[in-house]
Amino acid sequence: MAANEYVVRTKGLVKEFRMGEESVRALNGVDLDIKRGEYLSIMGPSGSGKSTLFNAIGGLDKPDSGSVFINDVDMAQLDARELAYLRCHTIGYIFQTFNLLPSMTALENVTLPTVFAGLTTDDGIERGIEVLNLVGLGHRLHHRPAQLSGGQQQRVAIARALANSPSIVLADEPTGNLDLKTGEEIIALLRELNKKEGVTIISATHDYKMVDVSDRVVWIRDGKIAKIEERADIELAVGAIKDETEL
Amino acid sequence: MSTQTAPAPLGTPEKQITLPFSKAWEISIKSIKIRLGRSLITASGIMLGIAFFSSVRTVVLFPITQTGAAAEAARSRHSFLAIMALLVCFVGIMNSMLMSVTERFREIGTMKCLGALDQFIVTLFIIEAGIMGLFGSMFGWFLGWLIMVIPHLFGGGARDLNGAFFSGSMVQCVQSIAIGLLITLVACIPTARSAAKMPPAAALRSEI
Ligand SMILES: Nc1ncnc2c1ncn2[C@@H]1O[C@H](COP(=O)(O)OP(=O)(O)O)[C@@H](O)[C@H]1O
Ligand SMILES: [Mg+2]
Repeated sequence: MAANEYVVRTKGLVKEFRMGEESVRALNGVDLDIKRGEYLSIMGPSGSGKSTLFNAIGGLDKPDSGSVFINDVDMAQLDARELAYLRCHTIGYIFQTFNLLPSMTALENVTLPTVFAGLTTDDGIERGIEVLNLVGLGHRLHHRPAQLSGGQQQRVAIARALANSPSIVLADEPTGNLDLKTGEEIIALLRELNKKEGVTIISATHDYKMVDVSDRVVWIRDGKIAKIEERADIELAVGAIKDETEL
Repeated sequence: MSTQTAPAPLGTPEKQITLPFSKAWEISIKSIKIRLGRSLITASGIMLGIAFFSSVRTVVLFPITQTGAAAEAARSRHSFLAIMALLVCFVGIMNSMLMSVTERFREIGTMKCLGALDQFIVTLFIIEAGIMGLFGSMFGWFLGWLIMVIPHLFGGGARDLNGAFFSGSMVQCVQSIAIGLLITLVACIPTARSAAKMPPAAALRSEI
């Protein structure tokens, strides 16, 4: 079991972006072990490297050096088909901008990953309805993204992320485009899925509401981990933040 | 529902499967339909280019009235016009393909996140371009043909529209469609392939 305790491990992640003369180290040596089943928030100001870390963990971009292990498999060793399999089956992605396909209905969007997983159409639809019900959108199966509110679109995106029963859900600022109340609903939903389904949730955010529900919070700044807080520290910290925001 | 998929055993990760063509077809048709306006504009671009080409070619089927050097000059002028028509057509189609791929970078990135293989993305674009190329060229040939035949008819040339003319027209119809399709695919495949190869993060970053 010990080998499986960590669902994601990163070692010495470095990613540099060159823009003409200047270069930015978006990640500057990130070592992070993420436990199976935890709700982890990656907090940091805009430009601190959260999305770059999200991309590296999700296999959406290659780091310049360092490694990412998913279920103890080094991602750098995977060929294109293995990487596609990983993205399809092991990781579910949620984005700030929802990224639903505009030409497809909610159900078709949610069914798409099951198509890539090789499910039959009937099985895919059955699964799609199941997860859409799970996120409370069972009554909006045949609406297109343009006919849904932001919060509803993000629910569809969450359902889509869950379609192939991944062990990890990666979210990049999932509440960034939502109003306060809708954002809270999405956070509550993610927490519920984490508790009920046991899926590991890794969420990059600068939304302090997210801290409340997290098992651990990783604070990053200038591409480095500044500190990691456990649940117990968080309860104290949340009090402090609330005091701050009330000022 | 179980969310804990068994982790792949060390050293033997599983590979993504290749999807049947019918799945790509289904998705492509959907995406042409939802973007019907834009698809029609792209197809019209192809149509106009091929119409130009076809009109130039149709003229050749009418009996030549000039003789000797004049006929030779007319023939080479027609070849020149046909080549120009194809060039114009190619540049136009290339432009629409670039547009239609670029504006969908985000969609491409999303599909790759969901487990699409690069080849699947390229197949989607080939199907879409193929359908637009086919219909665009078909209507384009007919339009070009009509533009030449109608004035000829009113100019008293009805007797030129004989069996030889129609069989020549059929050959040109097939030629026009083949050339239109070829141009469309040549414009589409490299564009789609380079977009599909982008890392998903780069595709998703595009703000279009
Ligand atoms: N594709 C890119 N090209 C150039 N610079 C980039 C790119 N992606 C990120 N950066 C830079 O890297 C740093 C970290 O960015 P990012 O990971 O997006 O931060 P965050 O998500 O925390 O706001 C920023 O300075 C950003 O400008
Ligand atoms: Mg970001």
